[in-house]
Amino acid sequence: MMPINTADEQAAIQIQKVHYRYGSRHALVDLDLVLPLGKIVAFLGPNGSGKSTLFRLLSTLIPLQDGSISVLGQRLPQNVLSLRKMLGILFQSPSLDKKLTVRENLLFQASFYSLSQREASRRVANTIEEFHLGPYKDDYVEKLSGGWQRRVELAKVLLHRPKLLLLDEPSTGIDPQARIELWQILRRLNQATGLSVILTTHLLEEAEKADQIVLLNEGKVVANDTPKNLRQTLGNEILTIETQHPKQLQRNIEEKFSLPTTLLRQSIRIEHTKGHHLVSTLVETFGDEIDSIQLGKPTLEDLFIQKTGASFRAD
Amino acid sequence: MNHSRAILTLAWREILRFLRQRNRVIGAVGQPVLFWLLFGAGLESTFRLGESGQSFRDYYFPGSFMLILLFTAIFTSISIIEDRKEGFLQSVLVSPVPRWGIVLGKVLGGTTLALLQGLLFLSFLFFTEMRPGLFEIGQLIFLAGIAAFGMTSLGFVLAWRLDSTQGFHAIMNLLLMPMWLLSGAFFPIPSLENGSFLLHWIMRCNPMSYAVSGVRQQMDGSFLTADLAADYWFPSLSLCWAVTILFSLLMFSWAWKTSSRRVQGDLR
Repeated sequence: MMPINTADEQAAIQIQKVHYRYGSRHALVDLDLVLPLGKIVAFLGPNGSGKSTLFRLLSTLIPLQDGSISVLGQRLPQNVLSLRKMLGILFQSPSLDKKLTVRENLLFQASFYSLSQREASRRVANTIEEFHLGPYKDDYVEKLSGGWQRRVELAKVLLHRPKLLLLDEPSTGIDPQARIELWQILRRLNQATGLSVILTTHLLEEAEKADQIVLLNEGKVVANDTPKNLRQTLGNEILTIETQHPKQLQRNIEEKFSLPTTLLRQSIRIEHTKGHHLVSTLVETFGDEIDSIQLGKPTLEDLFIQKTGASFRAD
Repeated sequence: MNHSRAILTLAWREILRFLRQRNRVIGAVGQPVLFWLLFGAGLESTFRLGESGQSFRDYYFPGSFMLILLFTAIFTSISIIEDRKEGFLQSVLVSPVPRWGIVLGKVLGGTTLALLQGLLFLSFLFFTEMRPGLFEIGQLIFLAGIAAFGMTSLGFVLAWRLDSTQGFHAIMNLLLMPMWLLSGAFFPIPSLENGSFLLHWIMRCNPMSYAVSGVRQQMDGSFLTADLAADYWFPSLSLCWAVTILFSLLMFSWAWKTSSRRVQGDLR
């Protein structure tokens, strides 16, 4: 296991040479990463990119195989119980006891973190108020809507006042309004208390709301920066061309204009500094072959395509 | 860090969930009571234990009592599979409660439920000819509690590895029901001289035989007459206590060790 030599006090997480396998499949490949305290960081990647494995490692659900991880200055796996006191973990699948009421779920959670009876009651009352759960506090969780259940879950994992909040696909199963509210709560907590938040997502629009994005693919970090900086690295305009014979047209464009192109999901994509000029040239030259042509600003998906040559979404 | 509140909370949760699913009470108590009444009445005229003349209804009573403990202990363990499916277990596994604390909480909850239902059945004792004193009843409850602790721990071990309640029922029918049937609950353990060598040793090696026999001796110490000792094998009361305590400790240790294993269901 590689040692972490210098404990960076400003780092929420330090990861060095972490490698993780499921049998012969490599989920994480020699991963190095340092994440700052007090930020909202999104792990963005398609299915199989390694973000869930990374989440499980950080949440102490699975043990380290190779490399070293330090979370909030606690090295894994030696200080796992001390670390768990400082973590709030929201899983993708629901983790509430549906046969218990909202209040009972919160009180039970408090007992796992050794809060005294009085302190637990006080915090539960405050949390119910803070998350506007008052009208539902004596309802069985199974009777609440998906959005309210997610809200209760968030309240539950914040009850013991963690320093780091880990969220696995937090928007799963909730409607757009509940998503907006979830992000409002996260941002408010982050700004008011300096709570560090790390979340995994496969939704580009969700990742864009974070302070920092770690783009993962095939177990490796392909990009790590703020959303703004990541978009600026592309700088170009993106042309997307639809045609009946994409391979043939791609070859023709590359031969005629010496332009690098990418073929994705039967569409030809071209990055160009003056894309709007190129549109008319392409239409004049290959008008008969082109079904449609679209000009747009680069997105995180374009960055992913540029870095990996692959589509973000499954074909 | 003091984990007693977490352990008690996990135990209390089992009880609370049980009380909110009342059909479980009927399932765990109803069937053994029905068996006791039907078998007791049906075999009353054909079964009489040696010169002591103990009726089948009385002989079968401790067996039914243990069946209630076994059913409840095992059904409680199913909650581990449900907790895993519903995602609750995942959140407990990443809390600062150590694994032994999680196991202890779950097992204590199951034990309490088993014992409470066993006590409910114990009130039927007045319909038998057995009249234990208060001291014997106290000892009986204590012994039953230890046995229930062991059986719930065993249920925990089985449930931890399984991801479906159907699979759990299959294991129960294959392993636990024979374990109960061959514990002397339904018929006494034949002596080596008067019975099958194989049957004698299977029943003698079955840890539940000692819990059943111990409970039986606490309920009615006078049933064991000299002629019975020649035809059947009954362990001494002290041996019953020793084996039951040892069984429970071993099962709990096994459950603790098993709980440190990750199963696929925890990685959803």
